Amino acid sequence: MSLYTLDARRLLCPLPVIRTQDKIKQLQVGDELEVTSTDPGVMQDIPTWCSINGHKVLETQQQNNDYIIRLQVGE
Amino acid sequence: MSKQIKAVALISGGLDSMLAAQTVIEQGVHVEGINFFTGFCVEGHTHAIRKKDKAKPKRNNSLWVAEQLGMKLHIVDIIEEYKDVLINPKYGYGANMNPCLDCKIFMVNKAKQWIQENDFDFIITGEVMGQRPMSQRKETMPVVARESGADDLLLRPLCAKNLPITKPEREGWVNRELLHDFSGRSRKPQMALADEFGFEDYAQPAGGCCFLTDKSYSKKLVDLWETRGDKDYDLDDVMLLKVGRHIRPNPRFKIMVAREEGEARFMTGYKKTFINMNCSTHRGPLALLVGEPNEEDIKLAAKILARYGQGREAQEVGVEVRLLNGEIQQINIKPLLVTEIPQAWFI
Repeated sequence: MSLYTLDARRLLCPLPVIRTQDKIKQLQVGDELEVTSTDPGVMQDIPTWCSINGHKVLETQQQNNDYIIRLQVGE
Repeated sequence: MSKQIKAVALISGGLDSMLAAQTVIEQGVHVEGINFFTGFCVEGHTHAIRKKDKAKPKRNNSLWVAEQLGMKLHIVDIIEEYKDVLINPKYGYGANMNPCLDCKIFMVNKAKQWIQENDFDFIITGEVMGQRPMSQRKETMPVVARESGADDLLLRPLCAKNLPITKPEREGWVNRELLHDFSGRSRKPQMALADEFGFEDYAQPAGGCCFLTDKSYSKKLVDLWETRGDKDYDLDDVMLLKVGRHIRPNPRFKIMVAREEGEARFMTGYKKTFINMNCSTHRGPLALLVGEPNEEDIKLAAKILARYGQGREAQEVGVEVRLLNGEIQQINIKPLLVTEIPQAWFI
């Protein structure tokens, strides 16, 4: 299992979701990905996308203007 | 054991594609959604820009539909490829800069490629004959099937009974008798089917889901192309046309004035890209100057900007101008009166 990061700052939804989706295609089941975005919409969209596509959101947090979502790649 | 039949449904986030997908799911077909992001979608990022929308949930309707139907959703970035559709539409534009028929052909073609790559069997759309003046007419629906290359792999469950039989029906993958015969602009059949499926909440986008159907947006896009001298664009162009008042006093430049805090915050991200200014002696909005304004243009822009700040009635307002070379200028001007800004300047 490895930890990867994705900088999706300055992108507005659905682009952070698309970038997350594309990044996950390159990862293995069990890998973790930390996505950083400046669009608060990701706090709803990425967890929804994860839930319908079988990935798990491990943590969400806001740090100043950044919204950070850590997720684990599912089957 | 029989093979599980699989279909991909084009999901816009609206009711029709939701109903079309569910109609096929009910027949035991494995359905996954696909959503194409052109950059002009009303969904998503536009809601994130404007502060006035903050009170509304920032849900993406295509994701929400997929969640409600319990299906996977694949969102595909087609921003670059879509340029050719918008710039050179074979079937022309609708009432504004909307190339609806070419757009539908393009998206169904992309879906056709997707099912080939992913071993799916057919494509579903939520089209209803006679519902839209360009892409959803009796004459144009066969054009979409033919020119996209999808041919009889394209199933429109909401109006299938009004159309020739398709392969999914012929092969018995779906039962034609359980499909629908909706036609025309009435939404009542869709509402009734939504009730039947128990859908209590669904998006009802006013004016469609694409900015290209919007008159004001289309006018700004045409202005961008005319002043630039070519029809190219990038995602920043597309997004900046969605925010602010756009005022063009002459072909050299336009001034974009933020209308509210959310837009100002968004435009702040472009301060290093464009000459920008705001009032320094009174509260007021941020403005970006797009183009190549000369010294007199910058003074005129400052007078226009001051019109939209709290110093609009003042005899003199200070404006801080930040140039692209990093230089900061302080200029004092008298705000223009409303009557001194010709209506023709507003794009």
